[in-house]
Amino acid sequence: MRARRGFIERSIADITATLEKAIFSEELARKEGLLQNLDPRMKVITFLALLLAVSLSQGLLIIVALYFLTLLLAWRSRIPLGFFIKRVWLFMPFFTGMVALPALFNIFTPGEPIVTLWQTERFHLAITIQGLRTATFLVLRVGVSVSLALLSVLTTPWATLLKALHILRLPQVFILILGMAYRYAFLLLHTANSMFLARQSRTVGQMPGGENRRWIAASASTLLAKSYHLSQEVYLAMLSRGFRGEAQMLDTFRLKPSDWLWGATLLALALLAVLM
Amino acid sequence: MKMRKEPIFELERVSFTYDGKVTALREVSLAVAAREKIALLGANGSGKSTLLMILAGLYFPALGQVRAFGNALTEEAFKDESFAFSFRRKVGLLFQDPDVQLFSPTVWDEVAFAPLQLGLDQEEVVSRVEEALRLLRIESLRDRAPHRLSEGEKKKVAIASILSLHPEVWLLDEPTAGLDPRTESWFLDFICQLNEVGHTVITATHDLDAVDLIADRIYVLSEENRLIAQGTRQEILSDRELLLRCNLTHEHRHRHERLEHAHPHRHPERHIHPHE
Repeated sequence: MRARRGFIERSIADITATLEKAIFSEELARKEGLLQNLDPRMKVITFLALLLAVSLSQGLLIIVALYFLTLLLAWRSRIPLGFFIKRVWLFMPFFTGMVALPALFNIFTPGEPIVTLWQTERFHLAITIQGLRTATFLVLRVGVSVSLALLSVLTTPWATLLKALHILRLPQVFILILGMAYRYAFLLLHTANSMFLARQSRTVGQMPGGENRRWIAASASTLLAKSYHLSQEVYLAMLSRGFRGEAQMLDTFRLKPSDWLWGATLLALALLAVLM
Repeated sequence: MKMRKEPIFELERVSFTYDGKVTALREVSLAVAAREKIALLGANGSGKSTLLMILAGLYFPALGQVRAFGNALTEEAFKDESFAFSFRRKVGLLFQDPDVQLFSPTVWDEVAFAPLQLGLDQEEVVSRVEEALRLLRIESLRDRAPHRLSEGEKKKVAIASILSLHPEVWLLDEPTAGLDPRTESWFLDFICQLNEVGHTVITATHDLDAVDLIADRIYVLSEENRLIAQGTRQEILSDRELLLRCNLTHEHRHRHERLEHAHPHRHPERHIHPHE
């Protein structure tokens, strides 16, 4: 019989699984594909331009066309399309859908009704053409933007993406901290998982709720103490290798003619999408 | 044993306590000359790691004096940029836990960290990183995240991260701990080679078999955190009473047919006794 796992235990296991998925994403980022071969700085700039185009464009068809362009890029970058589409659209109804829902109705977006839901002498509730258009715009804009962001993350290793962000004048020490946080989150989550497993191996049956909570509180404090000790040691390791408060980083990016061609084409497309 | 050469490290009656409560070292005095191969031998908790931290200019004792390369090694001295720069270039420290030392997002970034912090130009940094990766035969790991490596690989990357610094002095904290036999043997050879090409190597360990290979001179720390002996490898390793007293070996009871007897686990001479 399998022991039932508590909320915290499940959460930690789920976070670890999510991070493991991030590793899977790194595998995609290291495949040979169209976007993987691009200079990451150019990729960041052009994807930002496309995001702007999606936000500013006034044509539904143009946004749909930009989504198909995103799918085409994902396909040429050897990203499994089923996984890519599901990862974006599966959660869209829960988040953007909820926000967009009120916009459908005449209360928030007055206009020509297409479906009347409730009609009395004093009150009229209907879905309007204008409301439908507004909600569709919102859902599509968010969906395509998330797809673009996801595509850039999936096709660029995390460390490279961070370095490329320096082009947006993100301070180097911030990039260093982000990179280290990502790296040590893995270590501490694995430690937390091992602590739960170690307890499980010594537990028979169900533990009383109070005792369970005490154990979780004690584990949390142990983990905090461990992470504090680790951070001190890491700092010493950095000092011993010459760190003096200002991080120096090196990017070995080189722009190829194909990167310039990509940049020019995508920037022109983005501009066209806004102007049309 | 008297040193013929000018010492590069001199410690005089150094005592160190953590938070003013836990004593890690009591009145330790020692001297190390350039190109020496030294071991700091002691049981767990004897203060060897703390001693290495002091030699690396990361901990500063409240009592006693530390001199390195003719200068006092104090917190104040490290405020002088040129001194800090020159000291960090000369001394490399390998931490016992590679997870402490490997904080960068990729192996390449890890190996490049020290030369970058020391302000070397881009070409020199790239050349040093490539050289270190090649010498340790870990070129294939260059884009990997350090936390996804095996323990042996992590240790090699940690060594490469110091190798790229080109230090004169290597401080090694329990370098063979947790390594499989093949990697351990490779690492012991590597330490010997470092010394053969002119580096000073100071190793903190309690592994008597490793000491046999990686030290010409040994300092022994007691469980009371005092330096209680120093001498050549032969002098120290043949002093069974000393090794037993410092918890570096133990009495080993076993049976030879009908004869049962006990002796230290390690004995330099052949094990001969009459059998009935």
